[in-house]
Amino acid sequence: MRFRPRALAVGAGAALLAAGLGLVAIGSGDYPMGPADVLRTLTGGGTPAEQFIVSELRLPRLVTALLVGAALALAGTIFQSLVRNPLGSPDILGFTQGASTGALVVVVLGGSSLALAGAAVVGGIATGLVIYALAWRRGVHGYRLILVGIGVAAILTGVNGYLLTRAPLMDAARAVLWLTGSLDGRGWANAGPLLVVTAVLAPVVLVGCAAALRMMELGDDTASALGVPVVRLRLVLLASAVLLVSFAAAAAGPVSFVALVAPHVTRRLTRAPGPNLLPSMAVGAALLVGADLLAQRAFAGHQLPVGVVTGVIGGGYLVWLLAVERRAGRL
Amino acid sequence: MRRRAARAAGLLGAVALLGVILLLSIAVGAKSLPLTDVWSGLLDRDATEYAVVHRMRLPRTLLGLLAGTALGVAGAVMQALTRNPLADPGLLGINAGASAAVATAAAFLGVTAIGGYVWFALLGAAVVTALVYAVGGGRGATPARLALAGAALNATLYSYVSAVMLLDAASLDRLRFWTVGSLASADAATVTRVAPFILAGLLVALAAARPLNALALGDDTARALGARPALIRAAVIVAVTLLCGAATAACGPIVFVGLLVPHLVRALTGPDLRWLLPYCAVLAPALLLGADVLGRVLGRPGELQVGMVTAVLGGPLFLWLVSRSRVAHP
Repeated sequence: MRFRPRALAVGAGAALLAAGLGLVAIGSGDYPMGPADVLRTLTGGGTPAEQFIVSELRLPRLVTALLVGAALALAGTIFQSLVRNPLGSPDILGFTQGASTGALVVVVLGGSSLALAGAAVVGGIATGLVIYALAWRRGVHGYRLILVGIGVAAILTGVNGYLLTRAPLMDAARAVLWLTGSLDGRGWANAGPLLVVTAVLAPVVLVGCAAALRMMELGDDTASALGVPVVRLRLVLLASAVLLVSFAAAAAGPVSFVALVAPHVTRRLTRAPGPNLLPSMAVGAALLVGADLLAQRAFAGHQLPVGVVTGVIGGGYLVWLLAVERRAGRL
Repeated sequence: MRRRAARAAGLLGAVALLGVILLLSIAVGAKSLPLTDVWSGLLDRDATEYAVVHRMRLPRTLLGLLAGTALGVAGAVMQALTRNPLADPGLLGINAGASAAVATAAAFLGVTAIGGYVWFALLGAAVVTALVYAVGGGRGATPARLALAGAALNATLYSYVSAVMLLDAASLDRLRFWTVGSLASADAATVTRVAPFILAGLLVALAAARPLNALALGDDTARALGARPALIRAAVIVAVTLLCGAATAACGPIVFVGLLVPHLVRALTGPDLRWLLPYCAVLAPALLLGADVLGRVLGRPGELQVGMVTAVLGGPLFLWLVSRSRVAHP
């Protein structure tokens, strides 16, 4: 594995930024704490009250944010690389909508938040299977995957809207909150499953597939000639990305646009062609922690869900991206 | 000449089909009426059915007629303009643009009536039409690029709409029914409010049919044939804005009608817009109202929103179009 110094610097910088923002996030709230207090509490010191606030209330939220950001960024990088298009992301290809459908079914039928998370995972994976099967024609290729994904996303958007009208108003409000993506009240039970999935899949992708993914960007034929088992590898990568997206959605709801934006920001910072998997994860984590901090503190007395902030940032970025990439003829 | 007669006969058949569906749309519902009662309900002021028919079923049917025509014709002219078989006002984000503008109006500006919605919807539709055409249309555009640009705009706009719904529970309750796409809230005021916009859009679209045919041969050939490409494009964008904006303001964003109907019709008439547009104008409302009737039958005792029915019916057709390799290539 080859390391480019610039990519390494970007990854380390983003990780440091995420850690710094995390310290601020843990320190701020109704019970403010300085960075020194936070560090002391994290390393085992501090009063029992501080211990409780940090390790039971604020740390799980932060860990969930870091993991969701990293998982979405990794999945987004994989999608963009596989479909060879800067707009390939789970929001646009229908996987996010699938996870939402699963969750909404639970909201309508009534169920615990654990059932909701489980249904989101099932919905995301089922959508992934359907899209893969429909896009299959002696292997799955970029444009067919995009178009099938867009079609499935449109169908599921209709279904989701219908499910939303079936729920009582209180549940509908809860469902919209979930659909926007929120980190409010996330505990260790939310972070745990995502931690396990990320810990298993990230090494698989980073160590096992990174070099091959770079070669696949040269085209299927070239990659095959270089000895890459293209069809099988694409299946593994897609499965990993769908699992990451589904579990991230289960933990925090379908937070929009992180998967789209993080890989782009990383590519611009590292100026490296090809997928920058590890730096992207760091940038995604920093992005989500920053967005959550902004969502909590931007309007005094008003806590916005983090998905609103990422949606606004991502939407603006997207319009700019469409214009720039079109001018450069890359889209 | 014989072909022309066949097409004219086909159009008559389509009108007859639409007539049957119009009658069904008046007859089927929470209280089903036999067809004889439909007549008396329409014409006889003293009949018990008069109130049901005139207050609810008739406006709903007329709105479906208008909105279906608008979406079908808008889809057909967009497909012709962008030379893109995947163009659909729903998929390209135009209806979502209208939705976002309406959500803004409902939540922040206190607009609740259809009369106010329609201007915002037109504005939103106009902005997105221009944007998506600038990004994904024009020279070197491919079907996939345009669809992708539309999907990206859709994702952005819907995340904005759900953020608005989240901030304001009152607009959530109102908008969550509207954003699925439904004819249920139709009344006479809605119909008279959007009808002028849709009729104006239809006139512009029909007037553009012949020059659009010329444009299909390429800009240079069209110019040689006496058409003015820039003017035609502007006219089509105005028509699409009027049609989609008004239809969305009245019934919410409805996908796939604008995609589905022109494709089915093209198999009957070929690409000539002078036949394609009238066929679409007749068959698209037949489809929309058919879906609405189906939703009323399947969803008893309530109903399935028509937007949901068209999404589930139209989605597989879209996937089938994609599976034909011609479309899926970059």
